[in-house]
Amino acid sequence: MSSLEEKVKKIIAEQLSVAEDQITPGASFVEDLGADSLDTVELVMALEEEFEIDIPDEEAEKIVTFQDVLNYIRSHTNQQA
Amino acid sequence: MSRRRVVVTGMGIVSPVGSSLDTAWAAILGGRSGIRPITAYDTSAFTTRFAGTVSDDFVATDWMGPKELRKTDPFIHYGVAASKQAIRDSGLEVTDTNRDRIGVLVGSGIGGIGFIEEECRKLHEKGPGRVSPFFVPASIINMVAGYVSIDLGLTGPSFATVSACTTAAHSIGVGMRLIQCGDADVIIAGGAEAGSAPAGMAGFCQARALSTRNDDPTRASRPWDKDRDGFVLGDGAGVLVLEEYEHAKARGARIHAELIGFGMSSDASHITLPPDDGNGARRAMQNAMRDAGINPEQVDYVNAHGTSTPAGDMAETVAMKAALGDHVRKVAVSSTKSMTGHLLGAAGGIEAVFSILAIRDNILPPTINLENPSEGCDLDYVPHKAREARVDTVLSNSFGFGGTNGTLAFARLK
Repeated sequence: MSSLEEKVKKIIAEQLSVAEDQITPGASFVEDLGADSLDTVELVMALEEEFEIDIPDEEAEKIVTFQDVLNYIRSHTNQQA
Repeated sequence: MSRRRVVVTGMGIVSPVGSSLDTAWAAILGGRSGIRPITAYDTSAFTTRFAGTVSDDFVATDWMGPKELRKTDPFIHYGVAASKQAIRDSGLEVTDTNRDRIGVLVGSGIGGIGFIEEECRKLHEKGPGRVSPFFVPASIINMVAGYVSIDLGLTGPSFATVSACTTAAHSIGVGMRLIQCGDADVIIAGGAEAGSAPAGMAGFCQARALSTRNDDPTRASRPWDKDRDGFVLGDGAGVLVLEEYEHAKARGARIHAELIGFGMSSDASHITLPPDDGNGARRAMQNAMRDAGINPEQVDYVNAHGTSTPAGDMAETVAMKAALGDHVRKVAVSSTKSMTGHLLGAAGGIEAVFSILAIRDNILPPTINLENPSEGCDLDYVPHKAREARVDTVLSNSFGFGGTNGTLAFARLK
């Protein structure tokens, strides 16, 4: 696993209080990991903080899985790992 | 029409002296202080650097999930824990047929001041986009009632009374009225507080309300003693399960005591100081005795508000003399705040628990640190050591900023 994946997984696990092995690439925050709408807002904030990016609300709405997070961060930062 | 009777069938506590009925009561009867230096943050710039933070036996994860704990202020942790302890103690099973008739009334004097402080820091330092989406539900006062209702599936009334240091007494009294009036058969009632966060401490320090005995914290809360110099802040929660008597009897519940009366009043005097003659406190006690249909001669013990402030302790003594007349010489009075500190909106809750346990065990909890009673403070304050005595009827006093007063009357079930 790349360091980016590890970092993101850790943030999701902490924000949603789930075990890291539950966080598969396609796992949906709401459907599979028990998040509600406020949890997802907080998760996006944690990602913004960690990667020093600003994720606009209309983009944030499309980030619903672990893989979505990785894709977004790879295309909006220079973290290619 | 005769009123529905209200009994206490469950109790729960989170406090500086213990966070179960057994540990807290053992500490109180042993005269052990729960006051200690604050270690959660750097207190070096504070004029008071100690408080009654919750005891080491409190385990938050026993009562709430890790996700919920992270997005709520500690006052909610304490309130939910005490409420769930109380329900467990009551043996009441929540079912589809009774859930509409069970409500929750757990308040707080201040609410989530620590969480508010932290989010305001983010707001100022990083802007509005960094404020937690949980800021509001993590901090607002009715959320103990909200979480308990949601977690236990209780669909009766749920809300919070807010009246500073009288909050829990008012919650329990209003809970009694809800049952008497038929709005519910069971009410989980009490208060929760986590005021020892930096902003809370700073505010009370600046109000010159707190003891500054930093070199000797366990002896700082000394109600009626001539060297008292202010109260000591405490954290925690105290909650009762109030139940309509026939409802409790029908399910074979163990009944700890009967809540026989509730009295309220206001000083209409000053925001933080009582009037010298304690007339508001007197009227609260008189109203509770009238509501209970008892005479002063029937009162065995008063669990006093007794916060260890120069003005408050004196005014309450004057008020007890006026409310109880000559009988005041035969009444035992003590302040368990000498051991717990002042839990503000939770004080009336934990003190209701101690009042009921005094009846259960026929024992008077002591006032510790009362070495030299100050002039005019000449009642039987049960100094230093708990004392065995027949305890059938108890008054529990609570008085709050804004001049708001409440007295609860408990009695052994007859």
